[in-house]
Amino acid sequence: MADVNIKFNGIPYSVPEGITIIEAARLVGVNIPTLCYLKDINEIGACRICVVEVVGQRNLVASCVYPVSDGMEIITNSERVFNSRKHNLQLILSTHDNRCLACVQNGHCELQKICRDFGVDDVNMFDGEINHYEIDDSAEHMYRDNNKCILCRRCVAACEKVQGVSVIGPNERGFNTHIGCAFDQPLGDVACVGCGQCIVVCPTGAISEKDHTKRVWDAIQDPTKHVIVQTAPAIRATIGEMFDYPIGTNVEGKMVSALRRLGFDKIFDTNFGADATIMEEANEFIERLQNGGTLPMITSCSPGWVKFCEHNYPEMIPNLSSCKSPMQMLGAIIKTWYAEQNNIDPKDIFVVGVMPCTAKKFEIGRPDQSASGYPDVDAVLTTRELGHMISRAGIDFRNLPDEDFDNPLGESSGAGTIFGATGGVMEAALRTAAERITGKQASEVDFMEVRGTEGIKEATYNIGGVELNVCVCSGLANARKVLDAVKNGEKKYHFIEVMACPGGCINGGGQPVQPSAVRNFVDLKSLRAMALYSEDMRKSIRKSHENPAIQKLYTTYLGSPGSSKAHRILHTSYVERDKF
Amino acid sequence: MSNCSCIPFKGTKEQQKKLEAAIEKYKDQSGALMPVMQAAQDIYGYLPIEVQKMIASGLNVPLEQVYGISTFYAQFSLSPKGKYAISVCLGTACYVKGSGKIFERLKTVLGIDDGGCTPDGKFSLESCRCIGACGLAPVLTVNEEVYGRLTEDDVDKIIEKYKALD
Repeated sequence: MADVNIKFNGIPYSVPEGITIIEAARLVGVNIPTLCYLKDINEIGACRICVVEVVGQRNLVASCVYPVSDGMEIITNSERVFNSRKHNLQLILSTHDNRCLACVQNGHCELQKICRDFGVDDVNMFDGEINHYEIDDSAEHMYRDNNKCILCRRCVAACEKVQGVSVIGPNERGFNTHIGCAFDQPLGDVACVGCGQCIVVCPTGAISEKDHTKRVWDAIQDPTKHVIVQTAPAIRATIGEMFDYPIGTNVEGKMVSALRRLGFDKIFDTNFGADATIMEEANEFIERLQNGGTLPMITSCSPGWVKFCEHNYPEMIPNLSSCKSPMQMLGAIIKTWYAEQNNIDPKDIFVVGVMPCTAKKFEIGRPDQSASGYPDVDAVLTTRELGHMISRAGIDFRNLPDEDFDNPLGESSGAGTIFGATGGVMEAALRTAAERITGKQASEVDFMEVRGTEGIKEATYNIGGVELNVCVCSGLANARKVLDAVKNGEKKYHFIEVMACPGGCINGGGQPVQPSAVRNFVDLKSLRAMALYSEDMRKSIRKSHENPAIQKLYTTYLGSPGSSKAHRILHTSYVERDKF
Repeated sequence: MSNCSCIPFKGTKEQQKKLEAAIEKYKDQSGALMPVMQAAQDIYGYLPIEVQKMIASGLNVPLEQVYGISTFYAQFSLSPKGKYAISVCLGTACYVKGSGKIFERLKTVLGIDDGGCTPDGKFSLESCRCIGACGLAPVLTVNEEVYGRLTEDDVDKIIEKYKALD
């Protein structure tokens, strides 16, 4: 595409034709603040914070939707622009709950930061009516507080365009406009899947996960409880962002160190649960393949995806793997095998999952997830919540020594690590399934075709003379496309991996919130995923079935993958749910 | 807008057939939702959750989108019309003659909001703009019947009269 010559604040630049002013500004190092804009999914020019002057135009223009043209002169830092932004912020604040000190987003709020930048010193500039909304805390995983909502519609765009879930939207009009569900039903009563993609895009504190930190602090303080924490593969790649590390820094050693200093009795790795998942899932896949079972088999690690399937594709429940998720598997193993080995009553064990995910808060309360008679997992912290606990405890994260997970449930393979990125579960399963099918040790462990952050990936592998068609998708809007193609016979796959969040767990709804200035222009997914793939490369053991602790679990306790004991402890069942 | 889900949905097979025909007619066009919703409003007189679910399923659009539109445009109603549909003029002439107070009185007596319907399905209430009877201001209508030069006390008598009817 040809370039056009433009000027920003009097300085000439050459930028590609057809892009918007805000994109051009980014290229030349000018930052324009926004509250509603999300690249590609929410370009609606609604918040009027990104307004700039274009010489020759009478009115200010919204830079997020205004294309550049040759000879254009743009002014982003005039008094007129500043005043307009300030005035718009004052109007937003006139109906906003301004109790920042008590807000979960205090210090990370995009609205707060922009107000500071533009010198908004009077939050009560305009008197008048204010809407008062009840907080919707009906869902297990999060709450919505419309008193803090600024109607930017980012959450609506994430729910509809990224996830194809579409359970929230603008209701009513004018002053009464509010974001809500159909017939203003509580979020817990509709087909919300709990992915939390709305939370990570909200510019204020209007949407947040339900806090489990209190239960975790209480358990740690309780001398009768044996408190065990497990961390998902993706946490080591993202928790550093809470302590100002560059995006994509693997801080596994410091994370383990911090957890030990928080007072957890044991620190285990959900990667072990991921290895166990592969043992069971690969076995289930081979059985289905060889005995005419339901195909394609679809992964069941992502609780947001599982709930989405139950609501929207109940006829495909038989395609879902019956495997519990890695977190639930590890929780179940802790409260059965580990409890027996260490002579601890499972009722005294409190298992905490640190997860990149909000749907996990729903998952722990699902039926058929209590192998020991007690819930497999008792509390779920998001990456953000763990970051806040570390801060509260006064732990100087950046100066911690690197420490290792506890054994035996802290040992894991590289296959377990890559579960945190889209394609990782498929690759991990193929590494094990290939050897199971052929009965030979495979020299090739890298399945490059299923890597990368594209929403839908396909590949065909010839394993032991069998052609296997696999598909990997992430983001539920993509899952919809894949499932529709399978349903109408357009596509024939043997095995499908679905992750609810785009890019997989590294971009989950429980991950650190990056402001839109970063989210719109930095490839979060690739940077974070890179941290996991390089750890996989570094590991000496890269296949789940070669993990010695996994081998011990099977020889001393479970027998073989798919045994009746393994089924009782590591598998689960699903329920049909209403589409609406 | 009041959402009167307390009144049981009494849609008939014929109504459903008509709605399905409307969905069939528009479903392959872009922007099908508005004309289908308008047809549904005509067929049922209002858009309860049962009807909105039929529309959402038929056009394969999210229910929240249907609901969002139904609450955005004043032409759609979420409550059925009562057996006796009361409409109070809040146009300029009636308003300066005190129709606002009459409207408030009706809301209190009937226990419903603008656009609402009593749980027994007997009375519905809505505000309207000028009905061309400014000489009689303030004015209200019950179905086709016009009542003019009203005072607040008249409201109770009118309601009593219709309550006494079946």
